[in-house]
Amino acid sequence: MVKTITVRKGFDIKLKGEAKKRVMDVEIDSYAVKPSDYLGVNPKLMVQKGDMVKVGQPLFYAKENPRILFTSSVCGQVQEIVRGEKRFIEEIQIKASKVQESVSFGEFALDLMDKEQVIEKLLQTGLWTLLRQRPYAVIPNPESCPKCVIITAFSSSAYAPDYNLLTQGREKDIQMGIEVIKKVANCKVHLNVCGKNTTAPEILNLKGVQINRFVGKHPVGNVSVQISRLDPMCKGDRVWYVDIQDLAIIGRFFLSGRIEKDKIIALAGSEVKNPQYYRVRMGACIFPLVNDNVNSQNFLRFISGDVLTGKSIAKTGYIGAYDNLISVIKEGNYYEFLGWIAPGLKKFSFYRTFLSGFTNLLPFSRRKPVEIDTNMHGGKRALVLTGEYEKVLPLDIYPMQLIKACIIGDIDLMEQLGIYEVDAEDFALCEVIDVSKTDIQSIIRNGLELIRKEMGE
Amino acid sequence: MKWLRDVLDNLKPNFEKGGKFPWLHSTFDAFETFAFVPKTTTSCGAHFRDALDMKRTMTMVILALMPALLFGTYNIGYQHFHSINPSLAFFDGFWDNLWYGIVKVLPIIVVSYVVGLSIEFGFAQWRKHEVNEGFLVTGMLIPLVMPPDVPLWQVALATAFAVVIGKEVFGGTGMNFLNPALLARAFLFFAFPSSMSGDNVWIAQKADAFSGATPLAEMMIGAELPSASWRNIFGCNITWSGFSYNYRHWLMEDYAFGIYWRSTYGAYL
Repeated sequence: MVKTITVRKGFDIKLKGEAKKRVMDVEIDSYAVKPSDYLGVNPKLMVQKGDMVKVGQPLFYAKENPRILFTSSVCGQVQEIVRGEKRFIEEIQIKASKVQESVSFGEFALDLMDKEQVIEKLLQTGLWTLLRQRPYAVIPNPESCPKCVIITAFSSSAYAPDYNLLTQGREKDIQMGIEVIKKVANCKVHLNVCGKNTTAPEILNLKGVQINRFVGKHPVGNVSVQISRLDPMCKGDRVWYVDIQDLAIIGRFFLSGRIEKDKIIALAGSEVKNPQYYRVRMGACIFPLVNDNVNSQNFLRFISGDVLTGKSIAKTGYIGAYDNLISVIKEGNYYEFLGWIAPGLKKFSFYRTFLSGFTNLLPFSRRKPVEIDTNMHGGKRALVLTGEYEKVLPLDIYPMQLIKACIIGDIDLMEQLGIYEVDAEDFALCEVIDVSKTDIQSIIRNGLELIRKEMGE
Repeated sequence: MKWLRDVLDNLKPNFEKGGKFPWLHSTFDAFETFAFVPKTTTSCGAHFRDALDMKRTMTMVILALMPALLFGTYNIGYQHFHSINPSLAFFDGFWDNLWYGIVKVLPIIVVSYVVGLSIEFGFAQWRKHEVNEGFLVTGMLIPLVMPPDVPLWQVALATAFAVVIGKEVFGGTGMNFLNPALLARAFLFFAFPSSMSGDNVWIAQKADAFSGATPLAEMMIGAELPSASWRNIFGCNITWSGFSYNYRHWLMEDYAFGIYWRSTYGAYL
């Protein structure tokens, strides 16, 4: 039975440069795996510069749990291992070869395998890393047991890609992925779709899952908000979640025996000449996509992910492991004369202290898309109780108090204020509308990391 | 505004570390960011931010205080002339009332801002952070809770006490648990009760013959709500405080300081 859930709080941001609904193929020969995409993973290398790797060959493993392998999505030569501060591995760059060979994983059939065998298969192939767990947004421990699994089939953020397009023609893969997940997790599986926009039969006809239609503004697409409405978390609970495209990759492997980490990603942003969708492989270099496709007069910021939570990458950087969107916006390194007192007809603001803020009262479809840049629009200040965070956070928690608890690192207080229910991304809107320009997401992330270390997970 | 930007860019190195006046860095920063919104860009977290900043937020709070300030200013003049001539109606001699009020109020505002802001700038410099705009509101609230005849040196003392004890010793804006504006008044109330309480302080240069006790004081000696009707209380034009700008003030006057009020405005201070 389909359940409809309405979320009232939140704020939709309408930006210029949404991706047009057409999918392009593009030739890319440079790929990279970035260990920093996987939170809480301490990578131990298994390859060296110059090695030849095949599709599915492990590149590194997690020191915390050597069973968790991270495998290559292409066949080719390890071109460079980029190290950063304290010699932390930032990127393992691979130059793809013409002929794609893959590691053989033998013959197998899902029906004949038991839970342990399936988990082992997922770990071997590196597909386990496509799953993530709340709290902490980390790769789940294969020995742990979730209370439910959430498959996200929509995004509510700015420049959100259209999942109807992303899942086109992959019904069988996704259905197989669901069977795999059910075997591994042995609990209820939720498929969360957008109440308004999800129309694809590939998604809506899936079997064996509880389909939930979510209606509301951003951050309704965030996993924490969905969990809070479906099956609220308590201390010690674990919920696994996976993006529907990643699930299709898992399903594909169990259908064909081959690892095909192909995805459709959106390229969007006010500075992109032809914002559209591309079919790429995980970890692809974005340079061929953006090379001639962006306005070159301005300084630009390339973001893997959405503008609220994504990571800044170079023009020659690589797509993050869990991202299916590249956003390109203007850098905002300019001074603005008396900008804080200007009437602000064209500024982006949540508040009605600017004239443009009044357009937020209009229904979403009638609002004009705004252009944004990366300027902070003000200096950093002390936190001030404005009572505005609560308006964009549809969770039953006190955001300001939780932020302060994270700053002082008081674990008891964080627990009491519901840290297990949230992730940094839930505070992205709070961060955007914050008048004291505090970096709230990193504060929450640090709080979560502190607890994760304390709990020994 | 290129020329101004150039001037500031030329001056800037003097105030940086290694320049001539590094001890004036926060002050320079305050004036520079007043003229120009800085060009800093997002470095972590969300890649874009709302156009609203603390300066504009506090400006909005000050704008919201304006009606109360204007009414209070007028009422000071009116109460003064009313005490001389009890038959005076509220709008009689409008300009006289207003002018009288301005002459009383403006010096208090100036003293409050000058004293408070100097301390704020000093502490910001000492702690090596930016000047927080919160005091712009505090500096306006302090005159709003003072009697019109209060000596200016007392205003200065109270403001200094409020900023230092009420805010800075706890770590500055955002760390204080006391409301500085109310602390200023509480300080005067206990340190100089004669200029803060009694029959005489709430009407500027009250005529001796006029009885101007606050309604609660009148009720205490057995009078039956002499001048206070609900309409008067909420309409505000009665005598309990120089600014007597709303019923909240009345509650504050005769009951405990603070807690009630802090829940409303305190967040901004």
